[in-house]
Amino acid sequence: MNFLEQYNYWIVIVLMMSGFYIVIAHGNLIKKLIGLTVFQTSVFIMYISMSKVIGGTAPILNEAYKVYSNPLPHVLILTAIVVGVATTSLGLALAVRIKEAYGSVEEDVIQEKDLQQEGSQE
Amino acid sequence: MTFLKNSVSLLLNQQTIKRELLRSTVIEITINVILLALLTLTAISLAFTKDLFASVMLMGVYSLLSASFFVLMDAVDVAFTEAAVGAGISTILMLTVLAMAGRFENRALHHPRIALFVVIGTGIMLVFGTFDMPAFGDINAPVQTHVAPHYIQQSGAEIDIPNIVTSVLASYRGFDTFGEVVVVFTAVIGVLALLEMKSEEVRNSVAPAPMYQHKILRIVGKILIPPIMLFALYVQFHGEYGPGGGFQAGVIFSAAIILHAILFGVETTAKAISLPFVKVLAALGVLIYGSVGIVAMLNGGRFLEYNALAENAITGQHVGIIVIELGVGITVATAMMVIFLTFARRVGKSNGESA
Repeated sequence: MNFLEQYNYWIVIVLMMSGFYIVIAHGNLIKKLIGLTVFQTSVFIMYISMSKVIGGTAPILNEAYKVYSNPLPHVLILTAIVVGVATTSLGLALAVRIKEAYGSVEEDVIQEKDLQQEGSQE
Repeated sequence: MTFLKNSVSLLLNQQTIKRELLRSTVIEITINVILLALLTLTAISLAFTKDLFASVMLMGVYSLLSASFFVLMDAVDVAFTEAAVGAGISTILMLTVLAMAGRFENRALHHPRIALFVVIGTGIMLVFGTFDMPAFGDINAPVQTHVAPHYIQQSGAEIDIPNIVTSVLASYRGFDTFGEVVVVFTAVIGVLALLEMKSEEVRNSVAPAPMYQHKILRIVGKILIPPIMLFALYVQFHGEYGPGGGFQAGVIFSAAIILHAILFGVETTAKAISLPFVKVLAALGVLIYGSVGIVAMLNGGRFLEYNALAENAITGQHVGIIVIELGVGITVATAMMVIFLTFARRVGKSNGESA
């Protein structure tokens, strides 16, 4: 059992779990989005680690090279990065509207205000 | 250090590598170990800081480190995108939002012990899963034997462009990429629906103070804008031969416009690029992409079957790829501009209300 065979995947798990921890433990909505981005990037790292071939080169055809790394995960992740920033910006836009409506992006403050409003209606 | 050295040689013993490549491979794997350790350090410090400004900066560092890691893994196109998007655009977007939402988290964490317990439990289960994974860098792993050999061996003859990533992105998986472009466009519509302001609101807002009074920044920035745009065009049209393509070019082009907005103020930029026109362009990019598919159907092929675009199948592929990359570039560039400018204008609104 050689630790380098699985090292990349273990790091991916550590990164993924730090992102997960940020999402569930922090109450600030922007921090949660940062956590989601960390989580997302860890998945990118897993895909790209899988595509690597030791002794291979970047998948751009050239007569001097025979062994190339797998181009398919590269394509999937390349588009995922751009889509990722687009969806993150949508999340940030929601956070901005919440800040304007509630005066805060902290989860517990928002919940308190919601409960107050319900109480005053009854 | 000797432990690392032994592990590397053990990993390399299972592979068949040319003698002259051996030395550089050992270096590569060592850098891999160090880069991933640094990434872990950044992610863990992100979990502990309560300063959101520091978090955003750490996110930038995290993205740049992962971009370097992608270069090491031979994923040059991905690294290019991550460096432009993660370390560039996404950092600036987060900072813009921080201007509205405040810099510090003041609250206590939600049940940090339970969260830690859940996270560690999940992590341990995932680690169990990795023991069945094929070894890192193994050329006989299932992922390397499915469709990848076809792309690597046949794309030269079928598509006739050197960059395999571009062949797969634009031609073999053109349908998929079309979906991604539509998602980016949809996100723009979502951001506009949430944050777009009425013209009177724009008039009442106090635009964020531009960096105009900083003479050196202004002049150096002004000199930098044209080369950035030129570089974006190079990346756009050189994507078939080297790393690059519509996604990267779009993001880099929008970076030039965002730099202009930071230096000269949001309203000046919105006027200079005529924002309503840019919004139309975002839709036009998607339209260009989709109409390539329709033209292929009119010529008797299937949706996005580039072979039907011209007499010669190879020429058809080239035409198709250049046109759809242009569509991607236009949509991504305008999408990033519109998203940034919409956010930055909103800062002006909250400034105007508090003033």
